[in-house]
Amino acid sequence: MSKFKKKDDGGTPAISTASLPDIVFMLLFFFMVVTVMRDTSLKVQNVLPYADQVEKLDKKNLIMYIYAGKPSPRYQETFGTEARVQLNDKYASVNEVQQFIEEERQSKREELRDKLTTALKVDKETNMGLVSDIKQELRKAEALKINYTTKEGDAMLNIE
Amino acid sequence: MAKRSAPEVNAGSMADIAFLLLIFFLVTTTIETDSGITRKLPPIDDEQQDPPPLKERNIFIVLVNANGDLFVEDEKMDIEDLRENAVKFLDNGGGTGDEACDYCQGARDPDSSDNPIKAVISLQNDRQTEYGKYIAVQNELVAAYNELRNREANRLYNMDFTDMEAAYNDPEFQGDKEKLKERIGVIKDMFPQKLSEAEPKKRK
Repeated sequence: MSKFKKKDDGGTPAISTASLPDIVFMLLFFFMVVTVMRDTSLKVQNVLPYADQVEKLDKKNLIMYIYAGKPSPRYQETFGTEARVQLNDKYASVNEVQQFIEEERQSKREELRDKLTTALKVDKETNMGLVSDIKQELRKAEALKINYTTKEGDAMLNIE
Repeated sequence: MAKRSAPEVNAGSMADIAFLLLIFFLVTTTIETDSGITRKLPPIDDEQQDPPPLKERNIFIVLVNANGDLFVEDEKMDIEDLRENAVKFLDNGGGTGDEACDYCQGARDPDSSDNPIKAVISLQNDRQTEYGKYIAVQNELVAAYNELRNREANRLYNMDFTDMEAAYNDPEFQGDKEKLKERIGVIKDMFPQKLSEAEPKKRK
């Protein structure tokens, strides 16, 4: 009888998968933490232009979003291809912007109201006419801090 | 009765459940891009007051027309050259006496701006101008200001102006915030961002 017994039949030993759930849970928690759920569903095309002189916007709860662009392909049959403004979840006309700003202000605490920033997420093919109309409305509503949301990149990419 | 130990629950499918959730979050995740060019709109003045008189040479007119062509002081220009020309204009420092600018490094051309404090960039666009082009022009003009501010900040404080601002906005900044604010103010006074936007022209 030898001291070193030969292992019975070859065959690789099974790898323990007991820690697999732990690994997966770790990944899961990571994604749960970094996920920001979109609170509005986009109804307009929204390809943002590029710029490289950007400032980061943190404090997500102090931002009011205004979207503008052509209606998405599936809405084009009913709404045409003229660029439109989107506030919250629905299309709106430009003169509803003031009311929207007022409502957003009311929903925030008083001491935060003058720190609100308006982020303009405008498709890069939109005409400036619409953007200026929005800006004019924002001036009337005294929401003067605005941010043209852009992607980070060389601004020359916009001209093609 | 004898205590019976609870039967062990089979946890083999836990991984499957976790995977399912994981995939759900993977798909719905959009890491948001919330950065952009921050600007301030001018407030509406109810009383129509006459704008203060500006000398012709202190205004730098940038026009983007409906076809997206760029005109600077009535001459066509490529957007690649805009930044350089804006810097030249702002940094000119052609003034004398009270209006002299001791930190300007420009050509001191008497036909260009007197002093960065007086220099105004007027950005005009048509209602038909594309937003992407407009942003590109805005970006170049902001870049021109940042370039000059960085230069002065480096000369005075050995630090980029953009870094100073980033540090100031950082809530975890360790250091003298008041001092930083003062320095930012000094630089901003040297090159105030006077970017005026006319309301777009009507279609002709």
